Amino acid sequence: MAVEAERAGGGVSWWYDKRTRAIIMQVVVISLFVAFIGYIVNNTATNMEARGLSPGFGFMDQIAGFNPTSAEFNLTDFDVNSSTHGDVFILGLVNTLVISAIGVVLATIVGFTMGVLRLSKNPLINFLASCYVEVMRNIPLLLHIFIWYFAVWLTLPELFETIDGKRQLGAFNLFGLDMVFISQRGINYPNAILNPGWQAIPIALALAIAGIVVLAKWAKKRQDATGQPFPVLWTSIAMLIVFPVIAYLIMGGPIGWDLPEPGRFNLRGGATLPGSLMGLLLALVVYTGAFIAEAVRSGIQSVSHGQTEAAFALGLRPNITTRKVIIPQAMRVIVPPMTSQYLNLTKNSSLAVAIGYPDLVNIFTGVSLNQTGNAVEIIAMTMGVYLTISLVISLFMNWYNKSVTLVER
Amino acid sequence: MSKESIAYVRTELHPTLPPPASAVGPVHWIRMNLFSTWYYGVGTVVSAYLIAWLAWEIFDWAILTAVWHAKDFQDCLERYVGEPVGACWGFVDARFDQFMYGPYDPASYWRPNLTGILLIIGLLPVMFDKIPGRKITGPLMIFVFPWVATALLHGPIEMTTLQSTIGIVITLVLAVGGLFLGFRGRQQYNPGQAMLGFGITYAIAVMYFLAFGFGLDVIGTNKFGGFMLTLVLSAVAIGVSLPLGIVLALGRRANNMPLIQMLCIGFIELIRSVPLITVLFMAQFMLPLFLPEGVDFDNLIRALVGMSLFSSAYMAEVVRGGLQAIPKGQFEAADALGLNYNMSMRLVVLPQALKIVIPNIVSTFIGLFKDTTLVSIIGLLDLLLTMKQSVTSTQWLGMEHTGYIFVGSIYLVCCFGMSRYSIYLEKKLHTGHKR
Repeated sequence: MAVEAERAGGGVSWWYDKRTRAIIMQVVVISLFVAFIGYIVNNTATNMEARGLSPGFGFMDQIAGFNPTSAEFNLTDFDVNSSTHGDVFILGLVNTLVISAIGVVLATIVGFTMGVLRLSKNPLINFLASCYVEVMRNIPLLLHIFIWYFAVWLTLPELFETIDGKRQLGAFNLFGLDMVFISQRGINYPNAILNPGWQAIPIALALAIAGIVVLAKWAKKRQDATGQPFPVLWTSIAMLIVFPVIAYLIMGGPIGWDLPEPGRFNLRGGATLPGSLMGLLLALVVYTGAFIAEAVRSGIQSVSHGQTEAAFALGLRPNITTRKVIIPQAMRVIVPPMTSQYLNLTKNSSLAVAIGYPDLVNIFTGVSLNQTGNAVEIIAMTMGVYLTISLVISLFMNWYNKSVTLVER
Repeated sequence: MSKESIAYVRTELHPTLPPPASAVGPVHWIRMNLFSTWYYGVGTVVSAYLIAWLAWEIFDWAILTAVWHAKDFQDCLERYVGEPVGACWGFVDARFDQFMYGPYDPASYWRPNLTGILLIIGLLPVMFDKIPGRKITGPLMIFVFPWVATALLHGPIEMTTLQSTIGIVITLVLAVGGLFLGFRGRQQYNPGQAMLGFGITYAIAVMYFLAFGFGLDVIGTNKFGGFMLTLVLSAVAIGVSLPLGIVLALGRRANNMPLIQMLCIGFIELIRSVPLITVLFMAQFMLPLFLPEGVDFDNLIRALVGMSLFSSAYMAEVVRGGLQAIPKGQFEAADALGLNYNMSMRLVVLPQALKIVIPNIVSTFIGLFKDTTLVSIIGLLDLLLTMKQSVTSTQWLGMEHTGYIFVGSIYLVCCFGMSRYSIYLEKKLHTGHKR
């Protein structure tokens, strides 16, 4: 109405019209922004020319000429003589994804355990869990990494130690089985050798999962119709174990194990999780676990006590009350902060640079940038990777969140 | 039915008996809370053992077997001393100045000390209601303290503008003009004009002050280090990120200006989805490329730029949360009063929105405080890097445990204190709507 009054000539001048002002403001800000970008681009071009750098992604095809990783932990078969900076990028990306994936799983387990323990009515357990959360989340992550790597992991025995002039295995032999060795160098464990026919096992696993989905649907339908519950959980676990085992037996054992064997100077065979990975992983799990514990605690606390009482009044046992009434409602509150913790863990894995775990930031943004000098391209690529990871995780978690949110009228 | 046929009817209430001994008192409490089921019992025993063991280990390590005086690492290692050795407080004692001030000139330690004392004196009334003087120290902390701290810590800053006669004349004219404009604006009740005028004068006064400082010697930013550097970094980053975050949050909510909105969303989401270390790398490697030739910042300024940009994206999201919590009626009421955008934000919306999110601002600050350790990766000598260099120096080789636990407890005390403070604030600010 005001606008119409103005148009009729009876109001304020155009200068005080909100919409005109909005347009002027936007034009001014955007032109300043464009000018700023232009200025930066111009400077960058000049500076790069002055330093003899060529812009563009040509550097990705150059031979890298450095070894970003150890021989034991080389997930993409990186070869010093022939691999390019593009391969460095791939290797770093894979390593980042590996540590983030393991970290997310372990941190969730630790966080849920601690969050539930923190709600315990037992004051001693409660105190211990609170101490864990408060101490761990109030110490900077980088310090966690230093402590877990330099002050904990590196105080483990060396792989081989010289005792009384004799070289002998110093590594900690887990359970005395000669299969898993833990030392400063990392964890040496048996490596699976895939013989022909191994595909049967993943296929069996997929079949088991499909079977579980069908079973769960059928069980729910039957319970809705007749009220008869079906032990879905135990059947699923049994299926997950039995199917692959049958496949393994039918194919005549297509998977062999390459055991680490102590030689004179080294462990032969097997696979290795290097010490830097273990240090980083411990730090990330312990740190993020504390934050997840807080999210879990506040989520469970947000479910009102009336819900528990209502469930009891319906005759549900405590176990079922937790599983069917409290947890589903708590998940709605837990999921959003937990998503951001997963994202944080992924981003924080970039601190690998402090202890030399060959992640993306360490070997690509660090070493490749120093060698090629293509700062703009490399940093843009690194940021793009993290941006993509963030988007994928948030999309997935948003989808999951949608499936657990309250459906209202 | 007659009364006589009933054998016995009580006519008065039975006196209340005390509950049975098994349902009250410490025994009952222990049974209910510690041993209600068998797994609770196991949990109790295990955690009691763990707590006792941890407490004893810490006590033994930090007090009983600790070494209080040491010349070098040989006084603190088991294989030289001959008996189990716990903490090496002698090492912390010997290096304490380095941990606090880094490579700062020892003769000038009074300068950061004085800055710290001023900071505490200025902040206490702002933080706690019971201490008077908030109205005086608050504005002083915002408008005066940053420059006093710069002048104290760094000394005078070279200003090329003030080295030529023309520069001096222009700045003086601008300052006088600003004053004139400001007073005229006040006379005509035009707050925008008054703010612009006084702002110009204030900026020039700050420039002059920074150029002369207190006439102290210049101590370069490469000499900043230790805990002092940590404090400088977090103070500057929070000081920059709060106003910048408010601007970004307002921009993100400006529905009538879609282009500006997109710009703000893009910036916030980009920064929030990448790790701080890449932003620091960007500041380290790309900033020199962005600037015209000859212009260069030192390492500290680069880190400050990176940290400030990073934290302002997070701050923007915090402020946005506060803005979203303000009911639409408040915006409409401000419009109905005839306030323009600036005034309605300044007088109605932001005071309420910021009040709601003060606890979140404190927790963002805690995160920022912890994140300052990352500058050690780009080579700034903060507390953590100073410690790392100390425990790898030949004199103090192998002091990792003592060193890192010492640094850890400093951060623990600071961050835990701040998180308690934010809980206190939350309780204090929880007034009004909940009666």
